[in-house]
Amino acid sequence: MNRSGMLAALRGIVWRDLLLALRRRSDVATTVFFFAIVTSLFPLGVGPEPVVLRTIGPGVLWVAALLSCMLSLGRLFAADYLDGVLEQMVLTPEPLVMLVIGKAFAHWIVAGLPVVLLSPLLGLQFGLGSDSLGVMALSLLLGTPTLSLIGSIAAALTLGVRGSSLLIALLVLPLFIPVLIFGAGAVTSSASGIGAEAHLSLLGASLVFALAFAPWATAAALRIAVE
Amino acid sequence: MELERINWFRFSSVQAVYPLAGTLIPWFAALAMLCMTAGLYIGLFAAPTDYQQGDAYRIIFVHVPAAWMSMFLYVVMAGWAGLGLGLNARPSLMMAQAVAPTGAMFTFLALLTGALWGKPTWGTWWVWDARLTSELILLFQYLGFILLQAAIDDRRRADRASAVLALVGVVNVPIIYYSVRWWNTLHQGASVSMTATPKMAATMVTAMLLMALGFWMYSIAVTLTRMRCVILERERQTSWVQEMKVS
Amino acid sequence: MSVMGENGCGKTTLLRLLCGLTAPEHGRIYWQGRDISQLKELYFAQLTYIGHRNALKDDLTPAENLRASTHIAGSGISFTAARSALDAVGLGGNSHLLATRLLSEGQKRRAALARLWCCERPLWVLDEPFTALDAYAAQILRERLQEHVKNGGLVVLATHQEVDVEAKSVGQLRLAG
Repeated sequence: MNRSGMLAALRGIVWRDLLLALRRRSDVATTVFFFAIVTSLFPLGVGPEPVVLRTIGPGVLWVAALLSCMLSLGRLFAADYLDGVLEQMVLTPEPLVMLVIGKAFAHWIVAGLPVVLLSPLLGLQFGLGSDSLGVMALSLLLGTPTLSLIGSIAAALTLGVRGSSLLIALLVLPLFIPVLIFGAGAVTSSASGIGAEAHLSLLGASLVFALAFAPWATAAALRIAVE
Repeated sequence: MELERINWFRFSSVQAVYPLAGTLIPWFAALAMLCMTAGLYIGLFAAPTDYQQGDAYRIIFVHVPAAWMSMFLYVVMAGWAGLGLGLNARPSLMMAQAVAPTGAMFTFLALLTGALWGKPTWGTWWVWDARLTSELILLFQYLGFILLQAAIDDRRRADRASAVLALVGVVNVPIIYYSVRWWNTLHQGASVSMTATPKMAATMVTAMLLMALGFWMYSIAVTLTRMRCVILERERQTSWVQEMKVS
Repeated sequence: MSVMGENGCGKTTLLRLLCGLTAPEHGRIYWQGRDISQLKELYFAQLTYIGHRNALKDDLTPAENLRASTHIAGSGISFTAARSALDAVGLGGNSHLLATRLLSEGQKRRAALARLWCCERPLWVLDEPFTALDAYAAQILRERLQEHVKNGGLVVLATHQEVDVEAKSVGQLRLAG
């Protein structure tokens, strides 16, 4: 197992997925639009009172980010599973874990990063101050890769299963909850003056933890799915 | 039975597990009845009335042991799942499948009794405290496990995929518990807390432990029974099951 | 070694077992004296598997597909090398500029098989490689298989037809339903 081979494989898979996303730009667009639409639903449901919106803002944005990530997870491995590419991935001499990390990274660029970039704009809709907006973007920056990594486990487990998109939701939401708590909590505590450091460091720790363990679980699930 | 002489790997075959389970079930069922009756008697009659909450608090003797069981059974389920994946042993994976519904039941029971406790004591049916919220999320994890198993047609893949899920989930259980506690302490205003149980008299502790033990024995008995059903259902094409049908 | 038999008799399952994609319920599979379930990645490094499905991305050109799959398999090739492999397989001209989605079934199969011209791995496991190939392409494939075997390689393929290849040892395994 040589170092350059592993990195080449990682780069190869990221390049392929990003190229595919480029050729099918609608997929990226739908994720972003979903994020925007869901966040707009809450003021419509709750009422436009500024104080209320400022209170629920961080939670709403985080839940919307979570849901849009979740919706895009179904696509993570499904196409590869159907056209036989997944079998080839499982048969590589390079560690499957590397390929999984590559796929999760590409998924994050396509589904998570746009959410991070759009969040300050949507945060304004909820009347969040500029400091809070910064913390919001930072918390999402740390949290969305974690969501992609954890979500890849559920995506791999439900490959080819009937009703997989709903099943993914059920499997993945309990796993997302800690990230949600830390992420939304970061913004709330920064807005109330307590400071977001504790939450942000917990988010960072979750990312490291997810990076260390989730790819192994996903790789195991992929091998099981391909059997 | 000399334990050293038993060849434990004999039980990696489903055919050997079936009769073993059959002999064990009545014992555990009896123990369960014993412990639960004793626990309920002490809890309902012998333990003193709480000066703060009156007699309504007595539901704690079901609520707390049920919550303990729900978490304990998830760990047990994950243990069987890990064993099954590591040793590639089908009976272990079937045990995991058999444990899940009982675990889910106890989780639901904990939630139900939590609500029943909350109403007379604090006036609301639901409280977002650490334990109840973690129990709710645990229920989702159990349901996810059961539904994943049900959704995959290929039995081998279903077993192994849900085993991976159980292992991932068991890592999540403490994380959920602590993060929800963290979330709770931050959002002050939760003046009600179910974790702040009334001061425990010795009899109360005894009652809870007896109930917990009773629930545990019950779980084993029910799991083994369910395991036998799972075995029969899966192996119905094999010769030894056909022979049993005839005899 | 050709594995022959009717539809549904398990040729694909056998080939997948040989690759290590599925684990056998009883027994073990050995490569050069060692169990493949222990070798894992070391075994994969010596194996090229081409299954029923072409493992090609519809939105990428054959050249991009080939380049991506070789990189992911750890032995990346350049665009020039990919194009020459595609030329060898008869997909020259502008067909390497088209998205795979726009090719015919036969051309897609050729694009999938182009991997055999890229990397020299000792063991080739091919599941019905001649499907959808016209006579010309089938001839090219046969010549490539011949060349591989002459260089000391091993080919296991599932097929409906007899394959005419000269080799030190040619085996035939017929599976019954």
